[in-house]
Amino acid sequence: MANLKTTEKKTKAQSMGLHTEVLTGKTQQKFFNPDEAENFYYWGTYDVDFNKRIDLDVKDLDCKEANRKIDELMSQGYGTIVIKNPQGKHSLGVGVLNKLNLIFEGSLGYFGVGSIDGPTVRINGRVGWSCAENMMAGKVVIEKNAGSCFGAAIRGGDLICKGSVGARTGIDQKGGTIIIGGDAGAFTGFMMQRGRIIILGDVGINLGDSMYDGTLFIGGKIGSFGSDAVETPMTKSDMDWLKRKLKVAEIGDNFDVSKMTKVVSGKKLWNYDALEPTEKKGAI
Amino acid sequence: MCGIAGLIHRGKSSKVGHELQGMLQALKHRGEDSTGYALYSETEGKNFIMRVKIGENVGEGSSSIAEDVSVYDKRKKIVESYLSDMGVKIVKEERVMPYSLRYEVEYNKDDLLELSQKIESIPGVEILSMGKSLEVIKDLGNAKMVCDRYNLDKVVGTHAIGHARMATESGVDIKSAHPFWGYPFSDVSVVHNGQLTNYWNNRRLLENKGMRFMSECDSELIAVYLADKMRNGATLEEGMRASLTGLDGVFTYFVATKDSLGMAKDTMAAKPLVLYESDNLVAMGSEEIAIRSLLPQEIDTYDPFDGEVKVWQI
Repeated sequence: MANLKTTEKKTKAQSMGLHTEVLTGKTQQKFFNPDEAENFYYWGTYDVDFNKRIDLDVKDLDCKEANRKIDELMSQGYGTIVIKNPQGKHSLGVGVLNKLNLIFEGSLGYFGVGSIDGPTVRINGRVGWSCAENMMAGKVVIEKNAGSCFGAAIRGGDLICKGSVGARTGIDQKGGTIIIGGDAGAFTGFMMQRGRIIILGDVGINLGDSMYDGTLFIGGKIGSFGSDAVETPMTKSDMDWLKRKLKVAEIGDNFDVSKMTKVVSGKKLWNYDALEPTEKKGAI
Repeated sequence: MCGIAGLIHRGKSSKVGHELQGMLQALKHRGEDSTGYALYSETEGKNFIMRVKIGENVGEGSSSIAEDVSVYDKRKKIVESYLSDMGVKIVKEERVMPYSLRYEVEYNKDDLLELSQKIESIPGVEILSMGKSLEVIKDLGNAKMVCDRYNLDKVVGTHAIGHARMATESGVDIKSAHPFWGYPFSDVSVVHNGQLTNYWNNRRLLENKGMRFMSECDSELIAVYLADKMRNGATLEEGMRASLTGLDGVFTYFVATKDSLGMAKDTMAAKPLVLYESDNLVAMGSEEIAIRSLLPQEIDTYDPFDGEVKVWQI
């Protein structure tokens, strides 16, 4: 049973202003003591120096070997890693959980830079399906086009593609911002739950289909609206935010954000009423 | 899952057998139950090339029933006697595998329906392809294995499509392997990645019109569907556009004719495709690494959008 008490001694967390209570006791698995530094350790992360730069040629490495090498370089303190010859390989640069300047000089295959938490990534090429899936934080910039499921289920950070993207961009998005300089395919924002998507070009059919929450800003033509996606007026704060974001994204400098279409969830789906399933009319 | 790849050289010929092998081998993780090639090779253009299957590969992993080679020999004799009966003159004959025949034949008619029906009336016999430049070669195993088995490395031609198959909807056998010939049209072939959900409705409809199905593989429907459209006067591209609504399910497919290569992607865009296009070459595949086997340098590629149809000429 956990025991709450106050203490005079300041722990690292308290000195950071996080709380003044100390949780001691036993969980089901192990003892927890906030005085132990390892409790503030984010496993799999490294302190890196951005000024320490290295090139890594992955031409003759498979994705596991390349990712292990990146990990090894981060453990040696390299904060700027330039990947040469990625040649469309899958799953490169995944699981980076610390600050890092990661630069790919070429294109990535599927699942590139997935599950990252903090790095700044620049890809001077194209990316395949599911780029930056489950990204938690950081910034990813793609100079060319991207495949389908771009930014699937991202939780945070800025994900930017200067070219066009495929279908289902931002599917199941839970936070963060996705910015597309070109066009996007069908089912953009499919089942998104939070966060924002900005498309400067046209989008395909079924935009925002079954979206729970979140916001889509579309600069071009819309193929069709998906189920429960509705247009809503732009506000001044929307426009101010869009201008700031596009500036950060290095695209659309002169883009007229006032002409964009704002799309949100109509919240008419079943899960937004207060009825039990058995109370719904026509429920099975 | 399955992987598909295709390429077309515009204005020149190249070692398309070798190139396609590299592309398909790069996709082998998407399936290596069987691999198929549709190669549009350089020929004189006078004679038909006929690829015939008189049995199945019953090696490891096959879902086919083993047959004695003597059965294949009997079938071969019947095939050749039927060809003779139909006024077809065999110019050259090859038997690379016990169950696989390649004939170069003289045949003066353009309509291949009657001839195909006659040959395929022999139980266990299937024409894999017939055309003046098309050759469909398919067998169990990955791209390298099939390429080595049939000496495809040196085949020179203008364009090609291929398929690395993970068997899901039907058996591990040659009859279910891609590419499918666009029977009874010469030089038409199709490869497909995806699942068709209105297969049986379409199949019954097309069979009532006299079209033939040789397998239970849903992908075969695309070849037959397009052949039926073209039989009724549609162009290849018109047929492909009609397929976007006529076929239900998720699909990306390639179709090739004597002088063109096309791709179509369903309206859900649920199956992957990466495309590279330049003045001299179009290369496309389920994953970018297939294209990278041809062009390792940095190139501009893109994903075609949902409901997109494209056709390129040589």
